Amino acid sequence: MSRALRPLAAVPRWVVLGLALSLGAQLCWQMTSSSRVSDAPDPPHPPGAQALRLASFGEHEAASRLAMVYIQSYPSLDSRLLGWLRAALETDPLGQYPLFLAARVYAETADTERARMALEFVYQGFLRDPNRRWRWLAHAALLAKHRLKDMPLARRYAQALERNTTAREIPAWARQMEIFILEDMNELEAAKIMIASLLQSGLVHDPAELRFLIERLEALEAKSGR
Amino acid sequence: MPALTLARSVLREARRGGLPWLALASLALGLGLAGFLSQVALTESLALQAALLAAVLRACAVFLVAALVTSSTLREIHDKGLELMLSLPVPRATHYLGRLAGFVACGAALAAAFALPLALWAPPAQVALWGVSLAFETALVAAAALFFAMTLAQFVPAITATAGLYLLARSIGAIQAIASGPLAEATLAARLAQHAVDAVALLLPRLDGVTRTAWLLYEAPAASAYGCALAGMAVYTALLVAAGLFDFHRRSV
Repeated sequence: MSRALRPLAAVPRWVVLGLALSLGAQLCWQMTSSSRVSDAPDPPHPPGAQALRLASFGEHEAASRLAMVYIQSYPSLDSRLLGWLRAALETDPLGQYPLFLAARVYAETADTERARMALEFVYQGFLRDPNRRWRWLAHAALLAKHRLKDMPLARRYAQALERNTTAREIPAWARQMEIFILEDMNELEAAKIMIASLLQSGLVHDPAELRFLIERLEALEAKSGR
Repeated sequence: MPALTLARSVLREARRGGLPWLALASLALGLGLAGFLSQVALTESLALQAALLAAVLRACAVFLVAALVTSSTLREIHDKGLELMLSLPVPRATHYLGRLAGFVACGAALAAAFALPLALWAPPAQVALWGVSLAFETALVAAAALFFAMTLAQFVPAITATAGLYLLARSIGAIQAIASGPLAEATLAARLAQHAVDAVALLLPRLDGVTRTAWLLYEAPAASAYGCALAGMAVYTALLVAAGLFDFHRRSV
């Protein structure tokens, strides 16, 4: 693929100048006019699951995860973000990312109304595939008890876990979630048991998720130590 | 064997045309993109890497094969190389199939090279199934690109037709689902549209069900489903080859 080139001196000066000026103009234009996604006040309207599937040209797993990486830059849950989570979960029902974002990111907000929206999304998602999605509802039950201080909601989630899960690999504490919820332990103790059990059972092996869980645990420890 | 000689010459041309370097660049692009996105992922970072790498490499393999077949075939036509070849005592079918065999071999080599790095993220058996499926898919694309290049004899129309057929084949399942979904209206026009989509689907291969990333992330396909996917591609490749031979024999070169 070799090409014979004439020396640089063969290029007229006005062409070199034009190239330098147009490159400078491009850089200036981009520096002054580019806006990042996270600067945008609202997320874009969510696509339907069918539209997302159509746009992915059959690459549902990649499209679903890319959509989640894209929307996680928006800090708080609203109806649009909820639409994105739903579309991503429907596009790749075996993927866990939308439930992770709902349970571990959007439900852990101080805004109780938004937290309830996220927890309800987790609950509805759990009901469609309990044996694969139980850990998100287990976390939702803990949040309902400790953050929302809503015991009836926590017990509702705990009972749903007990009634709907059948897989053998689910730890005993999750299958007896109501007892776990009713025990007199604080949020840090409960979270420690839950995370240790998830790690022991080998259910969490993704490095990014491990890092996230450890950071959350450390944050909880720092908060309770204060 | 003239067909084997032709196939070898296609492979030599692909090597000299920089196909190995383009394959390496595709690998670098896929790995770079997957690496970057896995840094920002909060969970499923490994799955995200594998899914994105598989999607990028699949698209690159198909694009490289389509571009190679189209440019090589049109260069032969425009440089009068085709006329020279046809003046030799070699049957037209041998010429057509020999060149196609070379392109199919290029696609298979790309599929093998692109499947290899995925073994870092998925079990080897599942990667092998994905790679074999990609080899079949690139063979189908090679047959389509050869057919369109021979028929249309211009680069832009030929590559556009190949890309259009491929993208439609990958999205026809989703289009059918939209046309027949529960929200579709029960009017005559809606029903006609639905039948029209179904009719188009009959003329297309189902590429949304092959070389699936789910095979790498979750579990290997059932043997029967996998066999059906490969058989479907083989049948459609045979159709494209037959159509190409039909057109080639009718041409007065």
